[in-house]
Amino acid sequence: MGSHRQPGIFAPDQTSVLLAGVGGQGILLASNILARTALLAGFDVKTNEVHGMAQRGGSVVAEIRFGKKIHSPLIPPLGAQVLAAFEAMEALRYAGFLSSGGQALISTLRIIPTSVSSGFAAYPRDLDTVLRKTFRNVRFVDAAAAARKAGSPKAINMAILGAVSSVLAFEDSIWQKAIGLCVKAKFVETNLQAFAFGKKLAA
Amino acid sequence: MKELLSGNEAFARGAWEAGATVGSGYPGTPSTEILENAVKYAKEMYCEWAPNEKVAFEVAAGASLAGARAFCTMKHVGLNVAADPLMTLSYTGTVGGFVAIVADDPGMHSSQNEQDTRQYARFAKIPLLEPSDAQEAKDFLIRSFDISEQFRTPVIVRSTTRISHARSLVELGERRERAFPGFHRDPPRFVPIPAWGRKMRIRVEERLRALRAWAENANLNRVEMLSREFGIITSGISYQYVREVFPEASVLKLGIGYPLSPHLVRDFASRVKNLLVVEELDDFIEEQVRALGIICDGRNLVPGIGELSPERLNTARNRINGADSTLIIPVNKAELPPRPPVLCPGCPHRGVFTALGTFKDVVVTGDIGCYSLGVTPPLDRMDTILCMGGGISLAHGMAKAGEKKNIVGMVGDSTFFHSGITGLIDIAVNRSNVVICILDNRTTAMTGHQDHPGTGRTLAGEDTMAISIEGMATACGIKRVRVADPYDVPALVSVFREEMEAGEPSVLIPRAPCVLAEKRPLGDPLRIDPGKCRTCGACLKVGCPALEAVDKTPNINQNSCAGCGICRQMCKFGAIGSAERR
Repeated sequence: MGSHRQPGIFAPDQTSVLLAGVGGQGILLASNILARTALLAGFDVKTNEVHGMAQRGGSVVAEIRFGKKIHSPLIPPLGAQVLAAFEAMEALRYAGFLSSGGQALISTLRIIPTSVSSGFAAYPRDLDTVLRKTFRNVRFVDAAAAARKAGSPKAINMAILGAVSSVLAFEDSIWQKAIGLCVKAKFVETNLQAFAFGKKLAA
Repeated sequence: MKELLSGNEAFARGAWEAGATVGSGYPGTPSTEILENAVKYAKEMYCEWAPNEKVAFEVAAGASLAGARAFCTMKHVGLNVAADPLMTLSYTGTVGGFVAIVADDPGMHSSQNEQDTRQYARFAKIPLLEPSDAQEAKDFLIRSFDISEQFRTPVIVRSTTRISHARSLVELGERRERAFPGFHRDPPRFVPIPAWGRKMRIRVEERLRALRAWAENANLNRVEMLSREFGIITSGISYQYVREVFPEASVLKLGIGYPLSPHLVRDFASRVKNLLVVEELDDFIEEQVRALGIICDGRNLVPGIGELSPERLNTARNRINGADSTLIIPVNKAELPPRPPVLCPGCPHRGVFTALGTFKDVVVTGDIGCYSLGVTPPLDRMDTILCMGGGISLAHGMAKAGEKKNIVGMVGDSTFFHSGITGLIDIAVNRSNVVICILDNRTTAMTGHQDHPGTGRTLAGEDTMAISIEGMATACGIKRVRVADPYDVPALVSVFREEMEAGEPSVLIPRAPCVLAEKRPLGDPLRIDPGKCRTCGACLKVGCPALEAVDKTPNINQNSCAGCGICRQMCKFGAIGSAERR
């Protein structure tokens, strides 16, 4: 029983992606699309999502795991190969889940929580510096700009997903198919654009 | 064909494949999406939102007694509400398969307590199955209907948050249609008057013995023999964490959470040197294993408070190995500003809490729903929460105890229909001078906008009668019933004052639709004129997430402001106004 001293990655043959952000940013849809993409690529897939009370503007995560055989839908500490944050500070909250060689993709967007606005807490100063110090491999993505450019300010989730696609080994055609399956027909075109802009920004 | 389904979607599919024809429930995280998905099969399977879980349970029980396969859905605390019919349906037994799908919320993501539903199975002396992924959610539900019919017993299927809301691959099957036999009269079987109830009591014990014998060989339990050194007994989602963190361990995976199979456990225990029980919440299995005289580890290594996770099992693993379990955490989460859930921008509840905030000496007995968030600073205007409907009866009890402060009982529209009506009758009949504030946002908001008896629409989306809250309050015997605009804070303050001073029970209904359900803003986003703003912080006291302030200078996020105007009413300097149109 001494073979797994290192906490974190227990099975090397699975990939885990953690999406972190604020309730209402469209993390569920992004999670669905990523899961669908992995499924189309022929992997076993499990995801975990947050529903209910926590969705009301609170800090939320979605976990997507794929590989030959997935057991736990929850990612262990240091178990994620990719951490994608839809809001800059939320990357810090879940930093403990990213593996030491893992890739952080962080939206430059800042959403001030009411705990800060009400004066009970302070938003981290020099957040960029802190983030650079915390994450060895980090790319910043102006997801809001990518979404605006695509013509839908709400499509931040697609821009982040585009950034995620730049570090995962799925072909664009699979992503596009998954987006087509998960998004209402009339929004597919804008979403594909936001996805493409996001990918370009992260590359 | 394999589909990626959440546990809740799989439950819905399982009910349909099993040939169920009636499903009833009340929304509650993490169970809500079961019925929302089940209603997609409405052509063959009638599905409804009941006013509460007791009614839902009884509706499914009635269908079962008539010979149909029926199910009800609820969260763990919902089963408390349905516990009365549960305990006696165990006596009368079922005819058509009856299954209660109950979803626990370990870790209290969206609940007021942690409860282990397995205890109810033991309490009611009925079987309980525990799936560990979406495939089993579907398969075990189908099996539960068979078990229910074979043993004439209600069956509980216990889910948890990570079963209900995790997605995994599910092999889909076909629906098994069943002939509907109709109700066959048999009073000694279905009427538990004492003479017959005593006979039922004996049959319950006989049935439990038969279930125990059956469970010994049922393939719902499974042994995975690997290491002879170390074996784990587990069930539900914990099984997945065990497989991830202890890949080399032998495992007895219990699909049947109750009753336990003594021979199976003894046999497994005899084949491994060290035995550990891994279970979420109560030490339900461990206690029974120890009662068999078997030595095992369990709660001494694996915590029983809160949700389990690979992380927590890894800590247990390191303790077993005597290894250092301190993780190198790059960020101290405690130093980050918390981001708890908050009332949405434009939420009508905000006006009510803002108005109540102007009263110094008022006790607010709150209730369960989005408005529970009114307890968090800066709104900070709620004093108690107990249970669904408790806000009303607690107010009455405090008044009768002689509380000198004015008392406002607060309840939501769906919660009022769920279990507020009887409390209101108590207030009217036994006369207490309290104000009951029924926050009517025309939906069951917190669980994701389900209809309720006041909305005029059924789960299947059909128009139906809308029960009037005012009419209901009047019928309950309340003479003072008023409706108010929750976005007009000064008016709301005067109405609250008048009602508190009325000297008789009163019902106040602040009414405006949930802004999130409406999916359109109330007005143009507001802006703050920096020339007029004195950074007094008054606007920030409404706790709106669209009002962002770093270093006390407020700014209105133009993407999230819903234009409700509550913050504008707080500003004494007229600094907040509509955005300029360009």
